[in-house]
Amino acid sequence: MNTEWINVGAVVNFAKDLGCCVKVNGRQIAVFNLSENNQWYAVQNLCPHDKRMVLSRGIIGDKEGEPKVTCPLHKNSFSLKNGKHVSEGDVDDITTYPIKVKDGDVFLQVVV
Amino acid sequence: MNQKNIIVIGNGMVGYKFCERLSNKDTKQQFKIITFCEERRPAYDRVRLSAYFEGKTAEDLSMASIDWYKERNIDLYLEDKIISIDRVNKTVTSIKGKTLSFDKIVMATGSSPFVPPVPGIDKAGVFVYRTIEDLEEIIAYAKKCKTCVVIGGGLLGLEAAKAAQELGLKTEVVEFAPRLMPRQVDDAGGEMLKRLIETQGMTVNLNKNTKNIVGDASVTAMEFNDDSVINTDMIIISAGIRPRDDLARASGITVGTRGGVLVNSSLKTSDDNIYAIGECVVYGDMIYGLVAPGFIMADAVVEQLTGNSAATFTGADMSTKLKLMGTDVASFGDIEPQDKSCQDLVLNNPYTGVYKKLLISADGNTLLGGVLVGDASEYGSLLQIYQNKMQLPADPMSLILPRNDDAESGIGIGDLPDTAHICSCENVTKGDVLDAIKNQDCDSVSAVKSYTKAGTGCGGCVPMLTDLYQYKMAEDGIEVSNALCEHFDLSREEMYQVVRATGINTFADLIAQHGKGTGCEICKPTAGSIFASVFNEPILNHASLQDSNDAFLANIQQDGTYSVIPGIPGGEITPDMLMVIAQVGKDFDLYTKITGGQRIDLLGARLDQLPAIWKILINAGFKSGHAYGKSLRTVKSCVGSTWCRYGVQDSTSLAIELEIRYRGLRSPHKIKGAVSGCTRECAEAQCKDFGVIATEKGWNLYVCGNGGIKPRHADLLASDIDKDTVIKYIDRFLMYYIKTADRLQRTANWMMKLPGGLDHLKAVVIDDSLAINSELEAQMQHVVDTYECEWTNTLNDPEKLKRFKHFINSDDQDETVQFTREREQIRPLQHSGKALK
Repeated sequence: MNTEWINVGAVVNFAKDLGCCVKVNGRQIAVFNLSENNQWYAVQNLCPHDKRMVLSRGIIGDKEGEPKVTCPLHKNSFSLKNGKHVSEGDVDDITTYPIKVKDGDVFLQVVV
Repeated sequence: MNQKNIIVIGNGMVGYKFCERLSNKDTKQQFKIITFCEERRPAYDRVRLSAYFEGKTAEDLSMASIDWYKERNIDLYLEDKIISIDRVNKTVTSIKGKTLSFDKIVMATGSSPFVPPVPGIDKAGVFVYRTIEDLEEIIAYAKKCKTCVVIGGGLLGLEAAKAAQELGLKTEVVEFAPRLMPRQVDDAGGEMLKRLIETQGMTVNLNKNTKNIVGDASVTAMEFNDDSVINTDMIIISAGIRPRDDLARASGITVGTRGGVLVNSSLKTSDDNIYAIGECVVYGDMIYGLVAPGFIMADAVVEQLTGNSAATFTGADMSTKLKLMGTDVASFGDIEPQDKSCQDLVLNNPYTGVYKKLLISADGNTLLGGVLVGDASEYGSLLQIYQNKMQLPADPMSLILPRNDDAESGIGIGDLPDTAHICSCENVTKGDVLDAIKNQDCDSVSAVKSYTKAGTGCGGCVPMLTDLYQYKMAEDGIEVSNALCEHFDLSREEMYQVVRATGINTFADLIAQHGKGTGCEICKPTAGSIFASVFNEPILNHASLQDSNDAFLANIQQDGTYSVIPGIPGGEITPDMLMVIAQVGKDFDLYTKITGGQRIDLLGARLDQLPAIWKILINAGFKSGHAYGKSLRTVKSCVGSTWCRYGVQDSTSLAIELEIRYRGLRSPHKIKGAVSGCTRECAEAQCKDFGVIATEKGWNLYVCGNGGIKPRHADLLASDIDKDTVIKYIDRFLMYYIKTADRLQRTANWMMKLPGGLDHLKAVVIDDSLAINSELEAQMQHVVDTYECEWTNTLNDPEKLKRFKHFINSDDQDETVQFTREREQIRPLQHSGKALK
């Protein structure tokens, strides 16, 4: 399985403590730039509960120290670290993607 | 099946309670219950009769619906009454000619108002105060009156006086005795009560004996034995009750020397097959004119019928606590010393309007009784001490002294024995409540209430029930916390106070100084809302704190698209402006719909389309409608006196003025308002957070109504006030709500949990009891002065606009958003995944 690091734009394009959606090889990926320890996270943009492309528009926070995003539609929360569904109810986990910052640009690793 | 016929004569509160208890207990279905009710409606809550004037309906007051009787197979005969009992052949006959055989009779005929035999008492304009029909007649007659005199300064008389005052009548109370509520309070307590009542604009006349009622066909004045005269347009008599014993007398059943159906401790009359319960009864020379003893009697008879022949009634406690015109009045046990040896402890504070007296045995160990006026918050614990003959603390004064928060009161709820009565209406003990929590999984006060029925009668025990629940939770180590979330130990109200007091205006500072972690979907929007309420900056200055809708200044829909709602203050719009909306709808192919708040909703806009749509709307003169925010939504109106032939004030202009004044105001939850131009109430103001209804003399202001999940009729805050006062009161009310409510708590829910309820709110908003009104008004003025259209602000800020794109690295649209068409407009295409769910 081949993977590739894809440049998704300059760091300055990504607002702090907010989500953004990037398009990578036709795929929608939500990117989060957290000011806490300057951490970056990437997860699928699709909320598995109602199958809508909205997670990048969710509010971010933490559950017992673990960073999470909360879907704007029905408030399902997912760990940004490992994609696990961390709120109440029976909802699938989500996919996470490796992410790194190099020379002022943001890169995502995806299967090609 | 061979059932025994039980005929319950009278379907008042006690008669109903008997039906309920017997049908619950009669699991073997030995009994067929048949009940006669002479009124049009089955039993209703007569104790709360005056709530009818505050907008409660007959249904609200009803104890149970007609269906309830059907479900329990109880035969209910409305508008019919038993007029004779044939004790030999064991049959009863009703006024409508129905004859039924009986095995047992339970007389619950209640009482009738005592009407003093004064000349002229039969004139038009003289009323009694007992049934819903009486109230309806009073309301109808009051329309042509300006003044009212209530004869009787007892409990019911004062209730009636309050009702008359609510009808807009200048009201006086006339009492024969030298003090108000002679049965419940002593002289000094009565004096305090009189002063508290008179501060509310009502005149109280004591030692007055009515001699004559003056008037041609209808009443115009009253003359008294002291030769004084009071002019009045109407009279309400509430001079005590007389037990209704006429049927008993006619049937040869023994009655008391001063009236009342005589019963023994088994509640049997002189006929072994006939019981009597409630206010028609005389037992031990006493008539029990309260509902709780009636319920206890009902219980005792049910017990006997279902096999516990030992169940008896041996008198009941006449302790009582009530609220009269916003004033607490309570008494228990003796109200006057019964002999010289007992001691009294008195706290009499004219400055705070509080009077408390305790009667204590000579040895200082036992509480014999007491009177509380102005503040009865200790009633529950004092009653327990009295009823359970608990040992008093060394200084019993500590029981009634104003309590510091950090000082423990003398006796806690934990000290009560399990047999202590928590709810006397429903006969629920402390042990019953603890059992409900422990063994019945009741995990909230409301669960305990619905399981045990405690607190569902007069409601007076709810504070104690809540204390008991919290005590039990604390004892079990279960914390009942009002902390917002794992990041803040503060409640929303406390967070608001921190922000106001410190001026902290960033979430980073707030969580660093008062919380922990990085925040979440609970605390961030709460802080964002508080910042907006306090500082009124555009909310996208704190974009990372905004939740679903606020994050993009639009309402997110199930498919991830948004709706656009331009503000249309008061629902007034020109054809030209309508055409702008129509053109936007056509150009962007949006689904258009009229909202419930007199606006137009444009749905199906993609995130990237929002700025372009709003640019057109704003250039045409629209402003954000804040339909996405926990903020003022709309102030709905009718066309008022401008067009309507019934309108008495210009409701449209006021609605527009109010909507413009409060637009953009951020609050714990959404706020809706309405203004109606007359009492026909076409704008539905009484189901709004604030509602204004025009009167001939000005405006009536209602607050804390709600449609939605749990509809709630708004409360009347003030009547016949002018426009400036309307605005002043709404300013104060809204800011007080914003200051104290929990997150996502609508005003209706806030009111239901507000300690002191409407009386407290009136005291704060009208009388400035907390001395915060100038602060509340200044805060509101700040919000009004700094109003800025959020969409205009965003369109002028390239940084904010950056987020209104689906992809940060591409100009493509989100191809997963797809529509189909229905009735010539777009609708979201159901996602296959959604269809499966």
